[in-house]
Amino acid sequence: MSSTQTPSENGTRPSLLEVTDLVVKLPVEGQMRTVLDGINLSIHHGESVGLVGESGSGKSMTAKAIDRLLPPGAQVTGSVRFDGTEVLSLAGEPLRRFRRDVAMVFQDPRAHINPVRRIGDFMTEAALAHNLMSRSAATKRALELLDAVGINDGPRRLRQYPYELSGGMLQRVMIASALLTDPRLILADEPTTALDVTTQSEVMAILDDLRRHYEVALLFITHDLELASAVCDRTAVMYAGQIVEIRSSELLHDDPLHPYSAALAAARPRIDATSVRLRAVPGMPLSSFEAPVGECSFAPRCSFAIDDCRTHRPELTPLAGGLVRCSRAEDLRSTLAVVDD
Amino acid sequence: MRWRFLALRGARLVVTLLVSSFVIFSSLYLSPGNPIATLSGGKSLSPQAIAALEERFHLNDPFFTRYFRWLWGVLHGDFGISIALRSEVSSLIAARIWTTLALVAYASLLILVIGIGLGLIGGLKSGWLDTGVLAVTAISAAIPAFVTAIGLLMLFVATLGWFPGFGDGDGFTDTVRHLTLPAIALALSSLAIVARITRSAIRAELRSEHVVTAVSRGIQPAAIVRRHVLRNAAIPIVTVSGVTIASLFAIAAVVERAFTINGLGAYLVKAATSKDFAVVQGISLVIVVVFVVLNALVDVMYALLDPRSRMRRS
Amino acid sequence: MVCAVVIALAALLAVVGPWIAPHNPEAANGADAWVGSVPGHLLGFDAVGRDLLSRLLAGARTSMLGPLIVVLASVMSGTLIAIVSAWRGGRVDAAIGSVIDIVFAFPGILLAILATTVLGVGLSAAVVALAIAYTPFLARVLRSAALIERGLPYVAALEVQGASSFTICVRHILPNLAPIVVAQATTIFGYAMVDLAAISFLGLGVQPPTPDWGVMVNENQSGVLQGYYQPSLIAGLCIVIVVVAFNILGERLYEQAQVRGR
Repeated sequence: MSSTQTPSENGTRPSLLEVTDLVVKLPVEGQMRTVLDGINLSIHHGESVGLVGESGSGKSMTAKAIDRLLPPGAQVTGSVRFDGTEVLSLAGEPLRRFRRDVAMVFQDPRAHINPVRRIGDFMTEAALAHNLMSRSAATKRALELLDAVGINDGPRRLRQYPYELSGGMLQRVMIASALLTDPRLILADEPTTALDVTTQSEVMAILDDLRRHYEVALLFITHDLELASAVCDRTAVMYAGQIVEIRSSELLHDDPLHPYSAALAAARPRIDATSVRLRAVPGMPLSSFEAPVGECSFAPRCSFAIDDCRTHRPELTPLAGGLVRCSRAEDLRSTLAVVDD
Repeated sequence: MRWRFLALRGARLVVTLLVSSFVIFSSLYLSPGNPIATLSGGKSLSPQAIAALEERFHLNDPFFTRYFRWLWGVLHGDFGISIALRSEVSSLIAARIWTTLALVAYASLLILVIGIGLGLIGGLKSGWLDTGVLAVTAISAAIPAFVTAIGLLMLFVATLGWFPGFGDGDGFTDTVRHLTLPAIALALSSLAIVARITRSAIRAELRSEHVVTAVSRGIQPAAIVRRHVLRNAAIPIVTVSGVTIASLFAIAAVVERAFTINGLGAYLVKAATSKDFAVVQGISLVIVVVFVVLNALVDVMYALLDPRSRMRRS
Repeated sequence: MVCAVVIALAALLAVVGPWIAPHNPEAANGADAWVGSVPGHLLGFDAVGRDLLSRLLAGARTSMLGPLIVVLASVMSGTLIAIVSAWRGGRVDAAIGSVIDIVFAFPGILLAILATTVLGVGLSAAVVALAIAYTPFLARVLRSAALIERGLPYVAALEVQGASSFTICVRHILPNLAPIVVAQATTIFGYAMVDLAAISFLGLGVQPPTPDWGVMVNENQSGVLQGYYQPSLIAGLCIVIVVVAFNILGERLYEQAQVRGR
């Protein structure tokens, strides 16, 4: 499998995170089912990469696999290299040190923060556990970061309990806490999905701002293609446990190469256009183990599928500044770009 | 905010106690039967003697007068006179309450140590240790205290002779020796419930999302168990422990009877059969008060342990 | 499952026990006291020379009947209270809740002791007391379930269609609560059996010479310290076995009720 380093930029810089042929199988109703079918991804220092897909595509699973948070019983093959070290074989103390350098921001902040401990305790816990700084230094840093994420009256907030804060504020606290240990990579798993739209944009802006400021790499997982394109340098689209396209966000947004990416882009309602019906992608999203074998997994839903698509699986091939998993990508270039109404 | 909660809870406590005392008093008041007959022991008395008895025990006063007189007396430590034994109920209670308290305290210790201990093992470990805990708790939960008592008597007293089979002993060590088997009998079925709840609370916390967060941050496993699993599981564990211990006083009656211990419970049963109302009233009130107060304490502890409960109150 | 078999067996014995007993359960012969197993008397004799096996078989009746009445009574009143409380809400709910709190202040055994003092010893007093004692527990559990039901869209739909409160409660909510009711009833049967046996053990429930497992544990207790522990212990074991069966069955039913509710 070829690596997914975009040939145009970042060609010589070593990547911070290098995922190669990652395959994950989970026990589902007594049998091992594939949920990730050979993921190849790299993230460079300070780069932000978006991972877009519908439910079942495996996007959250990818982040969990990288952070070694898969449920017991999961089978993982392939390689995840962080700064040169193989993550999948880490255990004990080295694994904990890896976790200091990689921070995860979760989807539902209220469920992911201990309700019986104070905010200050939550924020400083990781730094103290890794002996990175004294308690007072950690508290000071927490206050700085609270300010940076736009929460005022920091000292009071630190003493409060999670139930006293709104969802949006809790997510900001989560982001601030993630930055406290000076991580080099943040894995954000749908950080704004549980929030209302206004708060969403605020939180996204903060996340984007801060990660640029502190030069932290970001893997941003979402189902919203537009959101990813706005925030990330590069975007990868996932379907049925595979990456089907990965390119710079601008190019992907304006000129999608894969029929699925195009459909996702077109499906979003536009504020500056009217349509009689909302465009939806026909059919249901699939998990990897539900996808047909021996053919392109998107073929059943693809309006451009030909017989060839149903007889062999396409590989990721370079095209127009990115990689795409479609045998007809070259031909479809002109048609897909004009896919909106 | 906290004071308001305490005040409200305190008020609720007092109301519950008052109403309970009323229920206890009126239920016995409504009981059929002639107190004169009990007092006289079945002998027929002259009208003057009857009148004197009625005067002395205020038998002709209206209901509420009698209730308030009784309540007033109770609040001053006067529980009335035992008709059967012709002595003050308060001293009869005082003589026996320490035995029952010792028994309940001993059993509570066993419940907390063994119950929570087993629950911790079942919650934190997997495999045959956990299965063992589940099996033990399933069985012990189903054995009523008095059957346990018989079993213990058979095994440890009759067969092995390690412990005495009756009485409550003098002095500390002797009392402990005498109360060990009764305490085990009292504790066994209750500790199963505590163990079960402890186990499921710990397992639920281990699976919770905030623990995933802690793991993702690379916090040491021991710290995670201490700061997140145990701290959060403490809420249901304390609640169930408190409630279980509060109900021990009532079950003690059975165990006291089985082991012939001269405690409050056994005495209550005796008084009930001989219709010695004052005693039944007094001891019932003591048991209810203890039960209600302990439950209220559990509520307070719950509020202390779980900050979210303060949110609901206001 | 094993539990169902055990329960069915116990229920059967409750009905036919006294008839299939090989000997008269109440016929006492002092000379036979504590004698062990002999031909014709499989389990030997009890403290006053009665055939133990016959007594056990006959004792199934009161041991099972008492809890049955407790369960029926508490289920009926508990369900009624729960539905009224959940449906009416507001003041009615609060008032009922306060009364329930008061009843909760009385442990079951204590209520039974009070009841026997007032009404005299015997099974009826104990049964009444326990029915009262268990009602609040059931009412609380069912109230939560009823509140969830009440919040479901189909109830609002029925209200809009003009169905009466009574119809909605009885024809729709009640059947949906049935799985939980059955599960709780099963578990309570076990608790009631233990409590009633304890009360009989204390001498306040079923009175000797009527056979009853709880009574039997008590009346044969004197033998334990002398080494004749079988009568007392075996009666106790009968209780334990049936209670375990009810407990396990109750748990299973409860799990199923949860699953169905999703």
